[in-house]
Amino acid sequence: MDNKILFKPGHTACAGCAQSLAARLVIEAAGSNTIIANNTGCLEVFSTKFPDSAWNVPWIHSLFENCAAVASGIEAALIYLGKKDATNVIAQAGDGGTADIGLQALSGMLERGHDILYVCYDNEAYMNTGVQRSGLTPFYTNTTTSPISARFPGNLRPKKPMPEIANAHGIPYVATASAGFPQDIQRKVKKALSIKGPKYMQIHVPCPLGWRHESGQTLAVAKLAVETGLYPLIEYENGKLSGARKFAQLKPVEEYLKAQGRFKHLLGDPESIKQIQAIADNNILKYNLKAEAQKSD
Amino acid sequence: MKEFLEGSRAIAEVVKLCKPGVISAYPITPQTHIVEELASMVANGELSAQFVNVESEHSAASVVLGAQATGVRTFTATSSQGLFYMMEVLFNIAGMRLPLVLTCANRAISAPINIWNDQQDSISLRDSGWIQLYAENIQESADLHLIAYRLSEDKSIMLPTMVCMDGFILTHGMEAVDMPKQEEVDKFLPPYKPLYKLDTAEPLSMGLLADPDYYMETRFAIQETFKSLLKAIPQVNAEFKGIFGRDYGDGLVEEYCTKDAQKVIVAMGSVCGTIKEVVDAQRAKGKKVGLLKVISYRPFPYARVYDILKDVPRVAVLDKAVSLGAYAPLAVEVKAAFSGKQKAPRVVSSFVAGLGGRDITLESIKEIFLKLTQKEASLEFIDLKPELLTEEYGQ
Amino acid sequence: MFGPLIVKPAKSKGSKTGSWRVKLRPEFLKKNCIGCKLCISVCPEACIQGKDKETIKINYEYCKGCGLCSVICPKSDILMLEEESKGDKK
Repeated sequence: MDNKILFKPGHTACAGCAQSLAARLVIEAAGSNTIIANNTGCLEVFSTKFPDSAWNVPWIHSLFENCAAVASGIEAALIYLGKKDATNVIAQAGDGGTADIGLQALSGMLERGHDILYVCYDNEAYMNTGVQRSGLTPFYTNTTTSPISARFPGNLRPKKPMPEIANAHGIPYVATASAGFPQDIQRKVKKALSIKGPKYMQIHVPCPLGWRHESGQTLAVAKLAVETGLYPLIEYENGKLSGARKFAQLKPVEEYLKAQGRFKHLLGDPESIKQIQAIADNNILKYNLKAEAQKSD
Repeated sequence: MKEFLEGSRAIAEVVKLCKPGVISAYPITPQTHIVEELASMVANGELSAQFVNVESEHSAASVVLGAQATGVRTFTATSSQGLFYMMEVLFNIAGMRLPLVLTCANRAISAPINIWNDQQDSISLRDSGWIQLYAENIQESADLHLIAYRLSEDKSIMLPTMVCMDGFILTHGMEAVDMPKQEEVDKFLPPYKPLYKLDTAEPLSMGLLADPDYYMETRFAIQETFKSLLKAIPQVNAEFKGIFGRDYGDGLVEEYCTKDAQKVIVAMGSVCGTIKEVVDAQRAKGKKVGLLKVISYRPFPYARVYDILKDVPRVAVLDKAVSLGAYAPLAVEVKAAFSGKQKAPRVVSSFVAGLGGRDITLESIKEIFLKLTQKEASLEFIDLKPELLTEEYGQ
Repeated sequence: MFGPLIVKPAKSKGSKTGSWRVKLRPEFLKKNCIGCKLCISVCPEACIQGKDKETIKINYEYCKGCGLCSVICPKSDILMLEEESKGDKK
């Protein structure tokens, strides 16, 4: 752990922004020997408004969709200079910049096998431009471009399975994490950076503004997403599911939904809640999220 | 040492001599041979660079941006659709003042899809902040790459350069090229020393958000640098001559029989070779004609154009591109050179030729000289096929 | 002359985001603190620093009053109080 502060205070993220916390945790786990390529988005805008920068590591803004490609160039240059072994390269972006507009550059980077850690901060919409729907916006979410109406209860498509898409590229490490489990984020970043090759990490980061909850509740909301099975914390290593955060008892999705204003419209609608519970149940089965009861010998 | 080379091969050889550390490109006709040659050189160890095969031109430009920002000399090449796909990254590169060099193998733009040469692609990037140099032949194409690296990496310039060479005509044509030796190149082009770079020893942030309080000054600064380039290009051109024994006019423009000319054609690129032949033939018959070859389109050498053409009664500008809905791009710059000035040609006529690779023949040039009469042509297309213009659709 | 292009972190002062607090500010009671440093690890501003329970301090120049430290403290040793309440006025 470095003594220097690598993500400095004085950035203009909203109070209680989980993405700013996650970004801080990621760079602190990675250390000062890290170069970052950052897509356009909340993180880039609130951390680097001239003449201020919150970053105490080398940092470059790529554009909206190409942090994976710019990071590939940084990695290639470091290899040419003989410095790659001593330097981490991180490409970071939001969910829109990863799953939608950034998918091509990400796929290319994963396919070419660059030694880069890609971090997707998943707040489940295009938050910086005003809470518009993205490919990672969950089912039935109220956003400005998937608004609730008499006809539709919000976004009609499920989340794009980005961890599985990344894993399908045959990369050594894929992990999901959550702002509700800060030490888990740092453990996974350290583990990823100890592996050579392309790595993909997706961190669930609630947005108090876009999700409509109190700023102090950010981590509690994040935890609920994991505890209901809606956002499983999993790891894939060399293609195989190698770990999942298990719970003896998983909470019903309604507890998660009622903690946020963006799902308020579902609370009087048991049919919709059942559909969302089905998504959670599917995850619980698929990733085996229920901890087995201890057998007494 | 003279070698008979394909244009693409000559470019690859000269880029190898410049020792880039990272090369990244996406294949597009007619640039393909350049990157194939470079890939081959990297594979067999002739060139120790990192060669990154990307999944699109946007990523190709992004990769070289990232590598250049990390302090390494880079190279990429593209054409037409590829140039347009990487357009936002090219503006980004210029705005960040990273001294990249890119070869544009000029090719027409869709639609209709067409793989042959015209200059629409690079001309459409004229606002980007990239220095743009246009080559007449393969020797010049190769030499301009050396000049490009030297210019761009100058600490007082720090702007990227696009070397434009006509696709197929120059990329796939063959010529006897005088290839420089490594020692000569090393004398002319020192190793790249970045002004600032991504380095964990000295962290800094690049590409920040600049709100209305800060944005304009960066753009003003680039515009001022282009002004100083009007002096820097002739200086570098003279340095080049000192080491390699060749020069191209003053680096900004090349005059060919313009001194006492009554009619001059202004043009860019390989068509200048054709025009020189017609000028020679007509001069032999006693006709006072000439060619003003523009090499540097950005920065545009208004003062030089004015000096050379102010006493020429009739000027024709040959454009290999259009600005649909307005006057042609090169003609507009030439006309602007005389705006508000005491002297000017009586006639500046604008001719568009060669779009989509339509051959500009000796006859086409002769026709332009003939059409250069007292009556100014504001925009005339040469060598059109009228029978194709009668197609009706939706019947 | 290149205009505003890069920023060296040492020169960056950041915004004094402490001025954002209008309602509540965190007060460290220092009564039940066990030095677990969870508050340090969840502050998005990195404005809580310290090595052990004696030295943990919050920099009110940057604290936005989000309340994450108060919620996470296992010993309820951080309370969100009215901004005008007594305590170091910065």
